[in-house]
Amino acid sequence: MNRTSSSDVVRIMVQPILNRDLYCPAIDAWIDPSTPKPRAIITHGHADHARSGHGAVLATPETIAIMKVRYGEDCAGRFEALRFGERLSMDQAVVSLHPAGHILGSAQVRIEAAGQRALVTGDYKRLPDRTAEAYEAVDCDLLVTEATFGLPVFQHPKPQDEIARLLKSVADQPERSHLVGCYALGKAQRVIALLRDAGWDRPIYLHGAMIRLCELYEELGVPLGELLPATGMPKAAMAGQIVIAPPSAIRDRWSRRFPDPVVCQASGWMSVKQRARQALVELPLVISDHCDWGELNSSILESGAGTVWVTHGREDALVYWCKTKGLEAEPLALPGLDDDGGEGGE
Amino acid sequence: MKRFADLLELLALTPSRTRKIAALAQYFAEVPDPDRGLALAVLTGEMDISNVKPALLKQTVLAEVDETLFALSYDYVGDLGETIALIWPHHGQGELPRLKDLVALLNTTSKAELPGVIGDLLTQAAIHERWALIKLATGALRIGVSARLAKTALAEMSGVELQAVEEVWHGLKPPYTDLFAWLEGRAGRPEVDHTARFHPLMLSTPIEDSDFERLEPRDFALEWKWDGIRVQLVLGRNGASLFSRTGDDIAQSFPDVVEAAMGRAVLDGELLVGHDFEARSFNDLQQRLNRKVASAKQMAELPGFVRVYDMLFDGDEDIRALGWAARRARLEAWFAKNPQTRMDLSEVLGFASWDDVARLRRQGADEHGHEGVMIKLRTAPYVPGRPKGFWFKWKRDPNVVDAVLMYAQRGHGKRSSFYSDYTFGVWKGNEIVPIGKAYFGFTDEELKQLDRWIRANTLGSFGPVREVKKELVFEVAFDSAQASTRHKSGVALRFPRINRIRWDKPAHEAARLEDMDAFVG
Repeated sequence: MNRTSSSDVVRIMVQPILNRDLYCPAIDAWIDPSTPKPRAIITHGHADHARSGHGAVLATPETIAIMKVRYGEDCAGRFEALRFGERLSMDQAVVSLHPAGHILGSAQVRIEAAGQRALVTGDYKRLPDRTAEAYEAVDCDLLVTEATFGLPVFQHPKPQDEIARLLKSVADQPERSHLVGCYALGKAQRVIALLRDAGWDRPIYLHGAMIRLCELYEELGVPLGELLPATGMPKAAMAGQIVIAPPSAIRDRWSRRFPDPVVCQASGWMSVKQRARQALVELPLVISDHCDWGELNSSILESGAGTVWVTHGREDALVYWCKTKGLEAEPLALPGLDDDGGEGGE
Repeated sequence: MKRFADLLELLALTPSRTRKIAALAQYFAEVPDPDRGLALAVLTGEMDISNVKPALLKQTVLAEVDETLFALSYDYVGDLGETIALIWPHHGQGELPRLKDLVALLNTTSKAELPGVIGDLLTQAAIHERWALIKLATGALRIGVSARLAKTALAEMSGVELQAVEEVWHGLKPPYTDLFAWLEGRAGRPEVDHTARFHPLMLSTPIEDSDFERLEPRDFALEWKWDGIRVQLVLGRNGASLFSRTGDDIAQSFPDVVEAAMGRAVLDGELLVGHDFEARSFNDLQQRLNRKVASAKQMAELPGFVRVYDMLFDGDEDIRALGWAARRARLEAWFAKNPQTRMDLSEVLGFASWDDVARLRRQGADEHGHEGVMIKLRTAPYVPGRPKGFWFKWKRDPNVVDAVLMYAQRGHGKRSSFYSDYTFGVWKGNEIVPIGKAYFGFTDEELKQLDRWIRANTLGSFGPVREVKKELVFEVAFDSAQASTRHKSGVALRFPRINRIRWDKPAHEAARLEDMDAFVG
């Protein structure tokens, strides 16, 4: 009779691989906690996932660099970088990070313990994007997925088509400035990259809040072309130019320095016209850094998970859908997560 | 269809009126008949595809989409047409037919086959085309474009006056090929039967102090300015119609007035309510205006009548080219021949000097609540629009109250970066209660100053609304005040506007709620 193994069995049964607050008992760490914790694993640098004040932070080198730029070098007691695909043995578990395709450095976190595999996607998208490492499908038993666009009305169009609409509007109205409202981290750099890939080689003008993060992307190997500060330019010189700014700035006083600005906004929410109208957006660009409904569906099925926890957005529809596919599913109410998945602006 | 979908999207999202008109004018100039006429019908609310109703669309989509997921989506998006456009799960490569063929297809397909046909169209369409397709099929546009805007664009495109377009509009039917032929100079003005349609109204301009010196009192006639709504009563060959000043037919709300009318004519007057031609307050009239179909009880308590002051057609004869005095004589003669129970004549007041007029205006306001006086040139023909020098209005002095700014909200369009919509209130004990909202009456320069003040004195933000320190006083002008159960203060103002910004006045000197009692009548 082996007492030790018998007590191990008991412990495995009472101790799940992941709690509903995304605490992992086997390694005594939280994933994307909303309050300071002794040990945290951070999926990506957006403010509703990465916060300052943790004791130790495990993340990709890119996410660590982003956190240091946003919150300061000493925003965590200690940083530990883990590269995509590396397997890190911690206590009784193995942790690995896998590209989520959301923004530069964004990762899905997989934890393997006691023969079980849990995957926390963080935010993710599957469309190609040269400013983020390409999404990788990862097998798991328990999937924790986001549901920012978890309704079947969200069917994201090709981002290249949206950029073409922007460039057509610029060509049709050369006397006006186009102000593109973008979240400063990730979306801004992606829109710039899409513009470059579509052949826009003129300088792109930046709101002050964008500059440091764009520099960081370039330092980390993502070329963005010529970028200039938008402020300090004579008004007339801004006709026909494209300006990237946070959504809050494009409708506020800041926008008065541009000639007859066309208010644009790049966001998955922009597919809903009533939302665009309410936000006084004249040119909505449906460019999202999250999966749409179809991509969420296929990601869930491809993961092979039998249990799905849904968080971060419109959980009800996705939970319902999982159940129609015979999966166990429940919504997770996590504190402190931005309902708009960081796409509504800071 | 793609062109029409692009147009609708631009109209829905562009805040600038000028840009909307330009886009419409360009569309009408470039798109061939009859497609552009059908588009015009959609924009003016004249398109009627009788078999496509929201229930049928829902049935179409529920054949392809899970009902629970559809309900959750509809709940989120809030607009049925847009939900369907976004949720339709099939994507084809085809191109939608042109408007003409599309409308014909929807009109000729049997009800049983419509879901299949609509489904195929949704599959072929791009997402914004689906949205336009559903708007077209249901007629529920809701994108902030009025019929008048579309007509303004027609005028812009052709150089024909807007009034001339409105003059023929009510006699025309989709797809308006005769209208476009006329606008493009390829044919004469369309013939329309005057006895079945609305004729644009003649409007007045406010009189200025300097006018009195150069105007000769004996050249003018004087009437009360009645506190009702302007209407046109068209008594035609095939029955009577009652139009509001914008040309909406409101006969259904006032069958008591329409059915009692005798004779043939087109008359201009004021719609009022009250027994025995004793006009009640505007508030009472409002109760009937709020109802699309009048109830028997309402008609008994608040019977409608028209106080007539002008005549456009005497029988079938167009008399608009006659001077006011000649038209008035014809009107009086017509009245003598056609006795009426729900119509009376607006009195012509005697006066010798402008001082007399000033005294009458004051008396009328104080003793009878008249809105002011109308001063009409005796020789003036009836000219639609707002011609200068023919009809003057001299309103009673506005009521004013000193109120405290409470909340400010951002405006729309070119004002979207400014806090330009203001909620203000008066003292009730030690608190301030809101009495109204206004967003005009100040200059652009004052708007900038107000915007700065609001940003510097914000107490809290609620979405687009800021609560500010209760320190800035507005002198608010308004036409009248009514008791209101909707406002916390119990008072609602009619037509409030910012008269002056009292940077100098301390908030504690602003009005008290008790002061408002004097205005509520």
